[in-house]
Amino acid sequence: MKYIDEYRNRELVNNLSRKIRKEVTRNWTIMEICGGQTHSIMKYGLMQLLPPEITLIHGPGCPVCVTPVEMIDRAIALGELPEVILTSFGDMLRVPGSHTDLLSVKALGGDIRMVYSPLDVLHIAAENPGKQVVFFGVGFETTAPAVAMAIKEARKRNLDNFSVLVSHVLVPPAIEALLSSVDSRIDGFLAAGHVCTVMGTHEYIPIAEKYRVPIVVTGFEPVDILLGIYRTLQMLEQHRYGVENAYARSVKAGGNRAAQKILGEVFEPTDRNWRGIGTIPISGFRLADGYRKFDAVLRFTLQYMESEESGSCIAGEILTGQKKPSDCTSFGSSCTPEKPLGAPMVSSEGACAAYYRYSGAAIPNQKKLTP
Amino acid sequence: MTRSGRYSLQCPIPKSEHEHILLAHGGGGKLTNQLIEKMFYAGLGNEFLMQGHDGASLPAIKGKLAFSTDSFVVNPIFFPGGDIGDLAVNGTVNDLVCCGAKPLYISLAFILEEGFLLEELWKVVQSIGDAALTAGVKIVTGDTKVVEKGKGDRIYINTTGIGQVLPGVNISPDRCSEGDVVIINGTIGDHGISIVTTREGMALDSPVESDTMPLNGMMQEVFERQPDIHVLRDPTRGGLSSALNEICRSSETGITLYENTLPVNDGVRGACELMGFDPLYIANEGKMLVILPEEHAGEVLKIMRSHDAGRESLIIGRVTATHPGILHMETTIGTTRIIDMISGEQLPRIC
Repeated sequence: MKYIDEYRNRELVNNLSRKIRKEVTRNWTIMEICGGQTHSIMKYGLMQLLPPEITLIHGPGCPVCVTPVEMIDRAIALGELPEVILTSFGDMLRVPGSHTDLLSVKALGGDIRMVYSPLDVLHIAAENPGKQVVFFGVGFETTAPAVAMAIKEARKRNLDNFSVLVSHVLVPPAIEALLSSVDSRIDGFLAAGHVCTVMGTHEYIPIAEKYRVPIVVTGFEPVDILLGIYRTLQMLEQHRYGVENAYARSVKAGGNRAAQKILGEVFEPTDRNWRGIGTIPISGFRLADGYRKFDAVLRFTLQYMESEESGSCIAGEILTGQKKPSDCTSFGSSCTPEKPLGAPMVSSEGACAAYYRYSGAAIPNQKKLTP
Repeated sequence: MTRSGRYSLQCPIPKSEHEHILLAHGGGGKLTNQLIEKMFYAGLGNEFLMQGHDGASLPAIKGKLAFSTDSFVVNPIFFPGGDIGDLAVNGTVNDLVCCGAKPLYISLAFILEEGFLLEELWKVVQSIGDAALTAGVKIVTGDTKVVEKGKGDRIYINTTGIGQVLPGVNISPDRCSEGDVVIINGTIGDHGISIVTTREGMALDSPVESDTMPLNGMMQEVFERQPDIHVLRDPTRGGLSSALNEICRSSETGITLYENTLPVNDGVRGACELMGFDPLYIANEGKMLVILPEEHAGEVLKIMRSHDAGRESLIIGRVTATHPGILHMETTIGTTRIIDMISGEQLPRIC
């Protein structure tokens, strides 16, 4: 298949693997930001192709994982209301809140629907004028434009029974939060190719300069990821920092201007709480003036709920790369995809789910980050 | 009327005063009888069904019996490559084949929702009749129940089948042994992708067709000419991964798959890339995994490839003692990883 097979080419992969082994002279820790990259790394066993000097750690780029538990509890409370049809992407339905998850609410009669696109939710709203249709909008800069489109379209069509529980977050503030942490030991980053396709690369330049780190925009196929690692390694070995683009077939420096325009119109930046990490200033979106009437939080009066995390889940340390899933004592025993303690074991982009799915409870070929 | 004395596919729906299923169609009275006579006898009739008993009296079968049941709740009921009717026949036929049997008789039970169009029921019945004829099995007894509007989803079907285990054939997961090879008779993931793309209204350049088909013709020749087959499994729900994981676990052997041999249609690959699915986890309805000693592989591949159902048969893996209970894959780029059983429900109501 064109644009797929050539990036899963064995010869190209082996060439890059050889180049990386040749280039490396000391230990380096590189973080891939995006959960999609983590899954590719595990699915294709890419760590088997890297020299022992290179440690890959997995970043916070899993939107489902970083959605705070109080937001999931809100979605659950909305889904339990008889007048509400609650819609979201598939993974969100399985993430545990404080006491239950959306699939369990559905099993008990809540009208919870999985959608592939927020625009589909507009059809549901139009077809159910007697119901309130809420979209639980999660994701990074990649999914936010489609949600913005849906909201703009809803305003145009006067769809008063449509609203959004907005939980969108932004990548650059998260990278900065990781780098500014005192115990950060990340030498370089693979930036998320899809996010940069929308937003371009300029936001990362000040971060790379301030913290003197290489940030290489990287794709998702095996060749892309090894190329991203190789380019990062070259910069590290040559004591260079800055932003480079190793995913040029998709990412342009300016990004997708039309998407950026609609994001700027419908949303405005706000502080956001990240699950397991805490509040990061100006790290997410809320609805801008003129679109607030579509905010589900303002439309529904929900009782204050005390949200609580599972005590033994180390999602925060996983999401900040301080620990690997295999460092967790619950991994594969009391925490499995069937009975997850935290979101990283649920989401198709979660690091724990990737480890479990592709390596099982016993993890070969990987170094532990903690003794 | 056609070769079997049944209605043909082009036959119009038998005349009825009603266009929809009513609760009375399942009440056991006149409407039930009309349904049986005008639709089921007309579409499926054979000497056993026409006995008109509460059940069928069947001739004695020599040797061991195979017995299997399956229920079908697929949504949508009509999809590219098939419908709930032929799926219900082929599913049970293939389950019997997995026991090393020649499928003979099938029972057919409908749960219909009040308001279901009789015209659609007639289409399904004709499809069942046609599938039974193709597979050489007889629908010998049946039942119809109707539930109130909103309490079901149009039509659910249960089929149960009886088959005769062929002499010398001994299929069992315990027999999976080091050195055996794993054969599959064609591309994976077609059925599941056909259902999900139809259900989600995704317009693909060329729609993916379900692979639903009976595999008894092909496998009967295999059983007759080379009965030393160790394990058979049809990789339906949960796909190839679930079927092979089950075999690994119950036989305490390991299996290594070779990713570069796995046959996947471009349409299925494209849809999987788009929706984030893995073809290894997608349901098939016309595929058979055949595990057998390597020395018989050439002969069995030749037999399988001589049938339409097996033209693309090939070896995709090997049984090993090195990682007991675990399914491994050698990836296209030369690394290895495990393939776990699917967690949760990826695609509900696929069959």
